[in-house]
Amino acid sequence: MRNFGFSTTKSRTIDYEKIDNRLIRYVLENEPTFNACLSCGSCTAICSAGNLTSFNIRRLSLQIRLGELEHAHEELDKCMLCGKCLLECPRGINTRNVIMLMKKGLYLIESESKEKNDR
Amino acid sequence: MIDVLIIGGGIAGLETACSLQDLGYETVIVEKEKTIGGHLNDWDTLFPTHRPASEVLEHYTEETRKRALTIYLNTYVISVKKQADGLFEVQTSRDVVFHCKSVVLASGYQLFNAERKEEYGYKIYDNVLTSADLEKRLKNLQGEFTTPTGVSPKRIAFIHCVGSRDEKSGNHYCSKLCCVTAVKQAIHMKQICPQADVFCCYMDLRMYGPGFEEMYREAQEKYHVQFIRGRLSEVAENANGSLQLKVEDTLAARPSRLQVDMLVLMVGMETAKSTELFAQSCGLECASNRFVKTKDHHIGSNQTNVDGIFTAGASIGPLSVFDTVNHAKSAAFAVNDYLKAMK
Repeated sequence: MRNFGFSTTKSRTIDYEKIDNRLIRYVLENEPTFNACLSCGSCTAICSAGNLTSFNIRRLSLQIRLGELEHAHEELDKCMLCGKCLLECPRGINTRNVIMLMKKGLYLIESESKEKNDR
Repeated sequence: MIDVLIIGGGIAGLETACSLQDLGYETVIVEKEKTIGGHLNDWDTLFPTHRPASEVLEHYTEETRKRALTIYLNTYVISVKKQADGLFEVQTSRDVVFHCKSVVLASGYQLFNAERKEEYGYKIYDNVLTSADLEKRLKNLQGEFTTPTGVSPKRIAFIHCVGSRDEKSGNHYCSKLCCVTAVKQAIHMKQICPQADVFCCYMDLRMYGPGFEEMYREAQEKYHVQFIRGRLSEVAENANGSLQLKVEDTLAARPSRLQVDMLVLMVGMETAKSTELFAQSCGLECASNRFVKTKDHHIGSNQTNVDGIFTAGASIGPLSVFDTVNHAKSAAFAVNDYLKAMK
């Protein structure tokens, strides 16, 4: 097709019909306490990584719930797994395990799609 | 001479009458409907225990029967006049004039008319219900639950604060009970339609009472109810009768599109029109939310600006069954103090 130099803008609307829930489902199945998250942000306030980098565990949780996995990998690498967030959470969510499960789940999803591409 | 005339035969009026009768006073209840129990007649189950509302009603029916309370049904109060001797003359729709030493206003509340939020589509789209409609539907449920168009719902949304905390609706105040009612109803829907995704769209979740926060947590952890922080802006109907909602997910800071088979509007509580007229007719002061103003918020919540006229229950503002019963019991003590001082 001829390129006229125009671009289209992707819709920012969250469409609940099209949410990719593979990762959030995996995390919730293995760490059900994560269901009780209130998005209060105490994990994020105490986070050492978040004080030094753009890492934001509350925002990441929300993005994964909405099926946005593009930047998840690089975001997750910023976490140092110190576990201070786990001590802070008012609902007793094992946030460190949530991060570990996100890493693991993402790896499973990535290797699954790689396998599909290789076939 | 009647000691106490009680306006309203809901649980507030009945509890006040029972307590006063036990203290040895002669009481009369005037109820405008054809039956006692008020709004509780229309409710299926109560938070936070999910017990049937009929259990509470049966309790009061039994207590009323035991004491042989005098109740005038299908009777309106037309006017209340305080006479020079401090006694009250109460004119009713039955051409009966009561003379009494004190009056308890237990006339309760009315629910917000959801048609006033036209953008939410109530009475325009078939699958938009109010929380009260859903209770009736659950109460009369036989067999499988379906939406008004006969679909077994795959996705249901509850909208908090309909007619509450909304100056456009003329109600700036919080109705405080709708949050926990939504959580209760969301759990109920998950129990009877486990295949459905249930969403609650809220501004703040106010789980103020004992057992409420536990219920909210249960809704999240056990029933996987999804809470979206954002207020519904408008609803449109699809060709198949499902509904398209526009709500911002304010935590993600992005607009969202949500398609549901059934929408439940959590309607707030307003002062009853009859209470407003009654207050005007006998010089009772009302607060900015149009409910009757209490004489002292902390230590005189049953007294009003008129000596001898007391309040019991939701005529002073949105109250739960728990709050109403307690407020009604304290009304009996307030009346007792007043009548004892009169002698």
